[in-house]
Amino acid sequence: MVFFYAPLDADQGFVQKIFYVHVPMAIVALVGFVAGGICAAMYLRTRETKWDMRSYVTIHISVILAVGVLVTGSIWARASWGHWWVWDEPMLVSFLIVFLLYATYWPLRFSLEDKEKQARYASVFAIVAGAFVPLNFAAVRMAEQYIHPETFATTTGGMPGKFALTFVVALIGMALLFITMIKYEMASKHATFRLRALRRKLAGDDDELTLTGRSAAPQL
Amino acid sequence: MLPALPLDEAGKYVAGAYLVFLLLILIYVAIMASKLSKIEQEVVAITELVERRGSGADAEKAPPRPPPAAPRARKEPVK
Repeated sequence: MVFFYAPLDADQGFVQKIFYVHVPMAIVALVGFVAGGICAAMYLRTRETKWDMRSYVTIHISVILAVGVLVTGSIWARASWGHWWVWDEPMLVSFLIVFLLYATYWPLRFSLEDKEKQARYASVFAIVAGAFVPLNFAAVRMAEQYIHPETFATTTGGMPGKFALTFVVALIGMALLFITMIKYEMASKHATFRLRALRRKLAGDDDELTLTGRSAAPQL
Repeated sequence: MLPALPLDEAGKYVAGAYLVFLLLILIYVAIMASKLSKIEQEVVAITELVERRGSGADAEKAPPRPPPAAPRARKEPVK
């Protein structure tokens, strides 16, 4: 659809095709960060480890997508503005801050050996960082020097039909990919922890099977 | 904003952006595949351990076998 259905943009031409991968990825990553914060709040409320695991996995996948957002955004900036990175552009810088903020999530978890404390501190971090994310959306509207393309602009008439349809399909596709990655990661983590538990059980009299060392991932 | 790039110049940027996305997914899938193979190895190790223990426990529980009987002398057919 991106290449054969959506028409060429009058302003940017063919380069605008980056929009269909960059923007859905950014939206899904930012929504994922907020979802991670919500899961973390659920953990603090219920103290059930599954919520900590969900928060951890959601943030993990969101950070992977955020890397993609930064790289594709940089490529788009180079094609549109002639620079790989523009420090005066609030959207770019605020997204970078969000990314760097979440990049400290793993060192924070890894620094705490006590699993209960690790989950609690990480949850507080996820909630605070998740609250910062809406500022990122607001930053687009506050941009002055460079105008970052607005996805849901209402004053300029929004996107024409074919652009909008292609974008919505790309957004749904990206959201489904995100959910699939989360399910895949959760299944992998569950299998790993169940096997570890089984090994520990079997290792009752076998020292060689006893697992040691700390991990940033939650323990089920 | 700069004027729109011609197709031949814009194409490499668009291809680059989509390749980055593809590469990201491929790296993720490759990492998950390696994790899956580790899980498989652990399952094999645990299965072997359980089987070994199972056969050991069977050997302990099973009653001692009688010693093999001495070979009997072959009877000569009566003529």
